[in-house]
Amino acid sequence: MAVKSESGFAGLPALFRRMSGDEKHEWAAESTLDVLWVLYDRVLDVSPDRVDDPDRDRFLLSKGHGPMAYYAVLAAKGYLEPSTLDTWTTWDSPLGQHPDRVLVNGVEISSGSLGHGLPIAVGTALGLRLQSRAARTFVLVGDAELDEGSNHEAIALAGRLGLDRLVAVVVDNESGTHGWPGGVAKRFEVEGWQTSTVDGRDHGALHPALTQDHVGPLAVVAKIRKGER
Amino acid sequence: MSMRQVFVDTVEDVMRHDPRVAVVLAEISRDAFTPHDRVINVGIREQALVGVGSGLALSGLRPVVHTYAPFLVERPFEQIKLDFGHQDVGGVLVSIGGSYDDPAWGRTHQAPGDVALFDTLPGWTVRVPGHPAEVGPIVRDALARDDRIYIRLSLRENASPHPVVEGFTEVRRGRQGVVVAVGPMLDTVLQATRDVDVTVLYATTVRPFDAAGLQAAVGRAAQADVLLVEPYLEGTSAHLAAEALADVPHRLRSLGVRRDAELRAYGTAEDHDSAHDLDVLGIAAAVRRMFGHPAAAA
Repeated sequence: MAVKSESGFAGLPALFRRMSGDEKHEWAAESTLDVLWVLYDRVLDVSPDRVDDPDRDRFLLSKGHGPMAYYAVLAAKGYLEPSTLDTWTTWDSPLGQHPDRVLVNGVEISSGSLGHGLPIAVGTALGLRLQSRAARTFVLVGDAELDEGSNHEAIALAGRLGLDRLVAVVVDNESGTHGWPGGVAKRFEVEGWQTSTVDGRDHGALHPALTQDHVGPLAVVAKIRKGER
Repeated sequence: MSMRQVFVDTVEDVMRHDPRVAVVLAEISRDAFTPHDRVINVGIREQALVGVGSGLALSGLRPVVHTYAPFLVERPFEQIKLDFGHQDVGGVLVSIGGSYDDPAWGRTHQAPGDVALFDTLPGWTVRVPGHPAEVGPIVRDALARDDRIYIRLSLRENASPHPVVEGFTEVRRGRQGVVVAVGPMLDTVLQATRDVDVTVLYATTVRPFDAAGLQAAVGRAAQADVLLVEPYLEGTSAHLAAEALADVPHRLRSLGVRRDAELRAYGTAEDHDSAHDLDVLGIAAAVRRMFGHPAAAA
């Protein structure tokens, strides 16, 4: 079901404040905000009235912790009534601190426990390929989330399977305690992924990175200033 | 023919006309399947095994996820909980190895707690065939459905099959009480109760638990005495049997793989049956304690 009122990027802070409260400016520090906006505004072939279309692109938010930016973008794009944001985390709200695909229109996976989205995305991309569908699968993970070994099972597997319609976006704010010497992108490159590392706030850089031609799976590392969430 | 071979043959047969069915493996049984686009071996990556199965389901396919029991259920348990249950997608999980099919491999290859773990998650059907001929109908039914099903295959089997039904099957009727035998336990239970006047129910579908079938069998007996004999952790179904009989004063005992200690021994599956009192002698002793000496029943 599509909601009529759509708003642009400039409208996100107001949507965000419906969840965070009027006095706060947390939205500016949300590390995923710009990536999510560019994906939903310019990259994904999706719309609120096609959430069950088997040929829609898939966007899997694996880093489900701190989903306010995600909900704000979904509201801005007509998946959610903006007034629903006012209910967030209350008893019968569809919007929790971790998104639930059963409760929220357009949410492709329920997430919150780290390290689940990338393996599911590999299965989704593989399933779409087996059905000869052209739809692409995007999955957003965090740099600290890559600590979970399940990601590395999936990274190796996606490379070997040559999943050329799979795109992983790693939002890298260097939040992992032990870090990734040599950079996050290297972990994907050695497994046969094409990679780009770009400024995660720069819409003009994110768009070409996310839409570039690629052989095999693509990883886009979106760098965010350390400390921004 | 082994249960695994019947499983593989059935899946391959259904795949010929059902393009929804896709198989995910993690090395185990890779050579049992004929190469096919929709048979995917992910390597020794069990978290990815289950996660990929979930993704296939999300894309519209009917995934069959298969490996050795501890590596299917225990190692990636959170993936079963979240990637299938919490995503609310369906899938067919099929294990081999049972509780201790190959005890020479030791504790790492034993999964007596698998069904108990599924009991912590809502929405799973659990089926435990007791004969290879029961595997075909169970697998065909699972592939035709959309929900979440766990099928537990084993090298242990009864001498002859029974028709596969949803509830419990009455194999023998008696007056002194009811013995429920799950899957491959049936033949041993029938031998152990040979001289005792009890009803024997046979279960291949253990979840959902056939509460009505148990109530009816108990209602026909003179005493509400129930002995559960399961090929996995002892008492796995005890909470459901107790719930089914909540309104009836009853006695309930459970036999299964012991919970109290890790059995650090190799040997044969029969050795382990004996150690867990799951052989004819052990079950017969429990039957005598519960239902009295056969002479007392005469």
